[in-house]
Amino acid sequence: MPFPYASPEQIMRDRAEYARKGIARGRSVVVVQYADGILLVAPNPSKALHKISEIYDRIGFAAVGRYNEFETLRQAGIRYADVNGYNYNRKDVTARALANVYASQLGMIFTDSIKALEVEIVVAEVGESADQDQIYRLTFDGSVFDEQGMAVIGGQSDTVATRLKERYRPGAPLAEALDAALTALTEPGGERPSAAQLEVAVLDRNREHRKFLRLSGPRLERLLTPATPAAPETPAAPAAEGGPKPPPTAPEGDIDTGSEPPL
Amino acid sequence: MASQQAWMNNLFTNTGSSSFTEFLRGYAPDMLPGNRDALPAPVGEQIPHATTIVAITCAGGVVMAGDRRATSGNMISNRDMEKVFRTDEYSCMGIAGTASTGIEMARLYQVELEHYEKLEGRSLSTEGKANRLATMVRGNLGAAMQGLVVVPIFAAYDERIGGGRIFGYDVGGGPYEHQLYHSIGSGSIFARGSLKKLYRENAAPDEAVLTVLQALYDAADDDSATGGPDVTRKIWPVVAVITDEGFRRLPDEEVTAAVETLLAGRMIDPDGPTAPLR
Repeated sequence: MPFPYASPEQIMRDRAEYARKGIARGRSVVVVQYADGILLVAPNPSKALHKISEIYDRIGFAAVGRYNEFETLRQAGIRYADVNGYNYNRKDVTARALANVYASQLGMIFTDSIKALEVEIVVAEVGESADQDQIYRLTFDGSVFDEQGMAVIGGQSDTVATRLKERYRPGAPLAEALDAALTALTEPGGERPSAAQLEVAVLDRNREHRKFLRLSGPRLERLLTPATPAAPETPAAPAAEGGPKPPPTAPEGDIDTGSEPPL
Repeated sequence: MASQQAWMNNLFTNTGSSSFTEFLRGYAPDMLPGNRDALPAPVGEQIPHATTIVAITCAGGVVMAGDRRATSGNMISNRDMEKVFRTDEYSCMGIAGTASTGIEMARLYQVELEHYEKLEGRSLSTEGKANRLATMVRGNLGAAMQGLVVVPIFAAYDERIGGGRIFGYDVGGGPYEHQLYHSIGSGSIFARGSLKKLYRENAAPDEAVLTVLQALYDAADDDSATGGPDVTRKIWPVVAVITDEGFRRLPDEEVTAAVETLLAGRMIDPDGPTAPLR
């Protein structure tokens, strides 16, 4: 049976459309520079399935989209970094090289496969000083964007980015940067995610050896406290509902529980 | 270049294992140490050898120290070599035997632990780490038979028991867990005798540091391949302390202070502190 003709343009457009829809369904992830390095913030109630990860000494990874797809990318990144660091020297592993590996893989899948990867990722590298920090954003088709100071991926990324730009101040201390990120991730008038619903990590240039550090538990609570002075009027309301609330910045669609794709 | 291709093409392959060594074995075997053809003749003496390492447990942790000498036969090939390596936040290893093979093993082992931790999102258990090192030592058995012997010592802070643990190996693998203290290398017999008499249960980490320095001094005193503190060049042993706060290599100033205490004592009594007779 002959297939109806579809132009290459049409095929690419459909694929891009499909991937874009999948990515926009989840919640946004924010990567932003602060005084001592780079902060990565993801609303993620799951403790097991991470959206943010360490790749190497100075390099971190953040992703949105389908969990299984970006998990494969994450693992490949770790393999790539470890093989190169072992073969040469730990100093010879760079975010730029890694971004290129990702870009070629994403681009190849976008053109060759039936379905593009429904992912958007950030590869961030903390440098010796703030002007050496690098944040690369990669989209499903393999495009690489060299971001300055901040990047937002997934969900309603444009809206979140706009809100982030209003609050973001270069060289802000950690608590202020986190506050800006959370403000950006929360719809105006919406309730901020609590520490338990957040996945937060930093690439802190002042740390020895490995710069990546997850912030959780009491440490994260402490960072969040000064940023939330007044308690919401109806604190009991979310608990009473019993189920997971729809994410404040997500469009209509599937509820993101963090435990099943799409994230 | 062929191996470069193989591993780059398989980055995105799910290997079903979180082991870095397994990945290299599958796709870049050339990079693995010990993966060499049989040597025409045993090399033994001609390659630099690393010598004495000691480790003891202390209150809430473990202390490891190594002298700085490497020897090829009767020649001192290196006087400021480092043989104690940080392997992750809560563990370290020391090497005795063929220096080059030992350093390669330590480097691979570091990546191995970190690779697992990053892929799985959790660290290996202390026993898991010790067993993994045993596999690597066993993998070197062929080379060991040719004279490239490496015997490591592994020490870690175990969060589960809230204290330090020490593991020893032989050329065939291991691990053998040692309570209290252990030493490896050419001067290990003398060091162990010293540790046996100077070991104090639940000693504070800084006391334990002095104990290992005394043991290394005793080893250097009786073993020509072990280097004592080099007073003129100010080369002191490498000392690492691991507690719940993680791995810490003592900075030079701290070791200098401890070595000066030791030397002052030895000036009066060259044989060092004596243990009570009863």
